[in-house]
Amino acid sequence: MRVNKPAQLTKLRKELVAAEKKHAKKIMVCCGPGCLANGAARIVEELHKVLKKKRIKGFKVEALKETGCHGFCQQGPMVVIEPKGTFYTHVKPKDVEKIVDMSIRKDETIKRLLYDDPSNGHKIERYHDIPFYARQQRIALRNLGQIDQYKIEEYIVVGGYKALAKALTKMRPEDIVAEVTTSGLRGRGGAGFAAGRKWSTCAKAEDTPHYVICNGDEGDPGAFMDRSIMEGDPHSVLEGMVIAAFAVGAHEGYIYVREEYPLAVENLKLAIQQATEYGFLGENILGSGFDFTLKVSRGGGAFVCGESSALMKSIAGEVGEPRAKYVRSVLKGYLDKPTVLNNVESYANVPVIIDKGGKWFAGIGTKKSTGTKAFSLVGKVRNTGLIEVPMGTTLREIIYEIGGGILDDRPFKAVQTGGPSGGCLPEDKLDLPVDFDTLTEAYSMMGSGGMIVMDDQTCVVDVAKYFLAFLVEESCGKCVPCREGLFQLHGLVQKICDGQGSEEDLEKMEKLSDVIMAASLCGLGKSGPNPFISTLRYFRDEYLVHIRDKKCPAKVCRELIRFDIIDEMCDGCMACLPACAFDAITGKKKKVHVIDQDKCTKCGACKVVCTRDAIEVL
Amino acid sequence: MVHLTINGRVVQASEGEMLLDVIKRLGIDVPAICHHDSVEPFGSCRLCTVEITRADWDGWKNYVTSCLYPVADGLIVSTHCEPVNEIRKTLLDLYLARHPHSLFIQKLAAEHGVPTTSYAEVPDGDDCILCGLCTRICERMGFSAISTIGRGHTKQIAPPLKEAPPDCVGCLACAHCCPTGFIKYSERGPKRKIWGKQFERIACSQCGKLTLTTEFADSLSVTRDIPREYFDICDDCRRMEIAATMGRLSQWTREEETAS
Ligand SMILES: Cc1cc2nc3c(=O)[nH]c(=O)nc-3n(C[C@H](O)[C@H](O)[C@H](O)COP(=O)(O)O)c2cc1C
Ligand code: SF4
Ligand code: SF4
Ligand code: SF4
Ligand code: SF4
Ligand code: FES
Ligand code: FES
Repeated sequence: MRVNKPAQLTKLRKELVAAEKKHAKKIMVCCGPGCLANGAARIVEELHKVLKKKRIKGFKVEALKETGCHGFCQQGPMVVIEPKGTFYTHVKPKDVEKIVDMSIRKDETIKRLLYDDPSNGHKIERYHDIPFYARQQRIALRNLGQIDQYKIEEYIVVGGYKALAKALTKMRPEDIVAEVTTSGLRGRGGAGFAAGRKWSTCAKAEDTPHYVICNGDEGDPGAFMDRSIMEGDPHSVLEGMVIAAFAVGAHEGYIYVREEYPLAVENLKLAIQQATEYGFLGENILGSGFDFTLKVSRGGGAFVCGESSALMKSIAGEVGEPRAKYVRSVLKGYLDKPTVLNNVESYANVPVIIDKGGKWFAGIGTKKSTGTKAFSLVGKVRNTGLIEVPMGTTLREIIYEIGGGILDDRPFKAVQTGGPSGGCLPEDKLDLPVDFDTLTEAYSMMGSGGMIVMDDQTCVVDVAKYFLAFLVEESCGKCVPCREGLFQLHGLVQKICDGQGSEEDLEKMEKLSDVIMAASLCGLGKSGPNPFISTLRYFRDEYLVHIRDKKCPAKVCRELIRFDIIDEMCDGCMACLPACAFDAITGKKKKVHVIDQDKCTKCGACKVVCTRDAIEVL
Repeated sequence: MVHLTINGRVVQASEGEMLLDVIKRLGIDVPAICHHDSVEPFGSCRLCTVEITRADWDGWKNYVTSCLYPVADGLIVSTHCEPVNEIRKTLLDLYLARHPHSLFIQKLAAEHGVPTTSYAEVPDGDDCILCGLCTRICERMGFSAISTIGRGHTKQIAPPLKEAPPDCVGCLACAHCCPTGFIKYSERGPKRKIWGKQFERIACSQCGKLTLTTEFADSLSVTRDIPREYFDICDDCRRMEIAATMGRLSQWTREEETAS
């Protein structure tokens, strides 16, 4: 069906809401990336089977929804039953029948499947009451876990395309730009550039045509915010983009999705098809006379393709390499034409801004970083997952309240923010509010929102080495400071990990970092030395211990540790003997064993099998 | 016309010019090894980096590649200040480590006071400095026969699939512009070999001198709409032919004048 007028949309929504209300209950199965990997598809299948078998009064299969990522991926696969918000975790196909019998047919909860609060061991029934959710505020992720990711009707039920109708019929393009400017929205893809400024420059650019592009490359390892939005709530991205297109006078747009996200591509294409059928895309959108078509473009498979100039080249079918131009892409972007490029999360915020007003949005977060920000919280925290918090929430709140603190109650060591070229912040920075400028001032950055928590068993020198290796691999190789400089910097960090580093090396590395940052062509090189610089700034001692004492305090760097058997603890059980694939351990039954250091590769297998804790790492 | 200051001198430049052009015109020596007047600037060697600032920038400075930076009124440029020299030296130091055997790099580095590298030499470092001149020239010529493969530190210039490039016409433009002499070619009699591909050169039908490769002539005749026979004789012979024709023409004119 085609919606030709805003009034028609309102009517349609009323009908859809009424139909929805007929169901006494709704079952939502998280089909986000994490839960799918853990077998969510089989839960859905099983639910269909069981529901078909047992017809239930007041419940139709339409009320079974495959939603996007609910956020708490670690607890997946998960099933949520509305209206109560009953939250079942780690659901297995064999639990399905019982869920239907107890919680759909009847109104009982299955205790076993509820979430255990690790702080007190209590079971929590509703997900709103779980601390992981309680502290969050969801704008960009508003519909994830709430609506069926494959159905446009579901998006309409929650108010979707209402903002578009408002923008196209009640606002002029310049009003939209003004609203976005008022909202203070800054790009969520990393640099935090004001979206309003970008839009207004593009809108005013004389050269035509104008383009609107969405950056769904999300190259940061471990980050999956954009992916979750594109898969789980594709219409919010489309809606944001059509509004942007109208605001800047573009009639064509692209969503650039990285190669590794086939489901995102599929869902976006489906969403584009649906939106076109309904008249939210294509010609004469909502009867307003405005035309806009949107295509999905598959990524070139490199981290650097997320960089704006490389991305635009990649869409145009060229090799995705950044080009150096001291003219901004908003004036000379895709095909050298004025182009607005924004991140997935940035666009997802736009409908809400138009709907509720820029002032409302600006009232959330901090003065210079308004709104909320989505993060993927991973590493050594109890609760990993996808979260969204108001800007200005402190790192401590994120890690301890939402994240539930450090795994196994180990000491916190650092949190890495901002992706591969971000930085590591130590304990004394935990009370910093998370916003663009504070993180930058602390020598880290917001980046696209990856957050990796580390405990005392993490070696920061090793972390720097890991990220540098990633960047060396992902550098496009076009310019010398990045290609050769990061390569040498990585080599020098490696040298320190191997116990071969010197203090002069450190000095040299700092100088080299300065040159790489000053002379590189694109953002990758310009921020490439960050993993080194930020770890050195806050953990210089740890570097010095590696260099002077040839020791790795976290006991990670292989060349600097040794495995030894503590004589008093070893009872000669011989468990470690077969565990060592390198025949480094000798010993007889009930006699203390010995490790031959020359043969030992420091793989740690013996330590894992020793039940008496007789193997120590020095 | 715009006015800017370069190393303390106020100079004039035309709108749209790049800094490097003005710098060179002033006779200031700035290394710029990925630059060539016949192709678009690329920005890969970063050696042409200069410091820029403006009176209204409150002391804030930026480092930009002069080959790509358009001139602007009021710009204050330093081509050899301390930070810039440091950048250049470090880049050459890195170059030396990567291309320890390249005479071109050795010479350039030495000229800038970097006799040996202070970094770990790449053991199998070759002579290709990835300046991209060859691929850009080839693209400019309309062939795009070679390109870069891979990325990061393992990036290379190569024909597709590392096989003899089907689109190469053996024009040698790439080899001639390669600053390090990395691109090798051989010529024996009418045979020319480059990028592993064999070519046959056309012999002038009059003097027998070898000229273009058949493929190059074929392609030029198509793309430039030139009759293929045009390439059957060499330029010298053609000039002789033209001279002869002109001579004959003037002869006729004179004959006609005397006749009337
Ligand atoms: C090496 C590199 C990789 C990048 N990768 C991404 C990415 O994966 N996703 C993204 O949205 N922005 C990425 N960016 C930032 C984009 O260039 C661009 O600034 C951003 O997409 C603009 O949108 P925003 O203003 O909404 O953030 C990357 C930048 C660099 C330098
Ligand atoms: S900085 Fe790195 S990624 Fe960017 S253009 Fe240079 S080599 Fe490529
Ligand atoms: S660390 Fe690995 S190699 Fe060394 S003794 Fe133990 S099992 Fe063997
Ligand atoms: S010789 Fe071949 S590869 Fe080189 S410029 Fe000519 S066509 Fe291109
Ligand atoms: S082969 Fe020569 S011209 Fe081509 S990139 Fe390498 S050094 Fe430059
Ligand atoms: S994928 Fe299910 S909660 Fe994230
Ligand atoms: S000449 Fe190489 S970067 Fe300018």
